[in-house]
Amino acid sequence: MGRVTVKEERCKGCGYCIEACSSANLYLDRDKRNKSGYSVASFKDDEQCSGCALCAEVCPDVALEVYR
Amino acid sequence: MSAIAEKKVFSTPQVLKDNVYHFCPGCHHGLVHRLAAEALDDYNLATSAVGVIGVGCGVFLYDYLAIDCCEAPHGRAPAVAAGIKRTNPGAFVFTYQGDGDLAAIGTSEIIHAANRGEQITVIFVNNSVYGMTGGQMAPTTLPGQKTTTTPAGRSPLNDGHPVNMAEIIAILPGTAYSARVSCHNLKGIRTARKAMHRAFQAQVEKRGFALIELLSACPTNWRMTPQQSLQRMEDEMIPAYPLGTYKDF
Ligand SMILES: Cc1ncc(C[n+]2csc(CCOP(=O)(O)OP(=O)(O)O)c2C)c(N)n1
Ligand code: SF4
Repeated sequence: MGRVTVKEERCKGCGYCIEACSSANLYLDRDKRNKSGYSVASFKDDEQCSGCALCAEVCPDVALEVYR
Repeated sequence: MSAIAEKKVFSTPQVLKDNVYHFCPGCHHGLVHRLAAEALDDYNLATSAVGVIGVGCGVFLYDYLAIDCCEAPHGRAPAVAAGIKRTNPGAFVFTYQGDGDLAAIGTSEIIHAANRGEQITVIFVNNSVYGMTGGQMAPTTLPGQKTTTTPAGRSPLNDGHPVNMAEIIAILPGTAYSARVSCHNLKGIRTARKAMHRAFQAQVEKRGFALIELLSACPTNWRMTPQQSLQRMEDEMIPAYPLGTYKDF
């Protein structure tokens, strides 16, 4: 089982991580904005994450860290 | 709670500073910075590296990597890097350049640095446009691509053809390594990561000049969403800029 942490101030909401995750554990939280005004990626902690880290590998802003 | 201790399986490279990137959403400059940072970490080069930065959106690399850096005038990074390397042979010297920087104003410097076999590594971000200045045509712009200076689309008859730098550099005898990779999907990024390491290895092992060209998105100046940009890379950029290793020591 895995877990993803989002460094919210680094995230720009590009959505690349959301497409990379095969089990839909990440989503764009439209209600949450960082200091730069971007909607940020959020992790859905419903125990579906395998900790594969594909999301972090494609993140252009190095905003994700993954634990397994 | 699981009884097994949790392990970090993806962490930020050590040499990458905490500063938040200034790049636009979906821009691949940040990813290329990370790949460079991973290679710097893996070859243990943080204290011996000197980054020579061209002019373009990558110009603030010194804010993001905890290494020595030097800014070069537009296009001149390979000449500056050659000077630094020749006077400091123990340093690991790389340039970081966009396609406007490397393939337009800096064409002379890149060709001759490669031809002289300068022991430097060139990180070349090809996003087929002048990003920083607002989306003018670059020599790498694709036929038909709309830019602020080709509003009806680039016409090869009037504006010339895209320039394939990885292939051109590969035919020069001083070149040890030349490859083109793409940042548009996971497979591309994994290949890019290996190629970045190889381009670093070329210098570490004193094999000669090394260049890695990374196809990258500039969603802002392409007037696209990040997702549309990835699709454009797959549908239009890769056919014009075939991926591959063109020279490998
Ligand atoms: C001698 C000189 N001419 C022109 C410029 C203006 N200028 C700044 S950045 C740039 C192009 C940058 O494009 P590119 O190298 O593709 O980098 P990108 O921003 O797309 O990453 C130009 C023409 C300059 N700074 N110096
Ligand atoms: S203008 Fe283009 S190259 Fe520059 S930061 Fe924005 S997306 Fe990246």
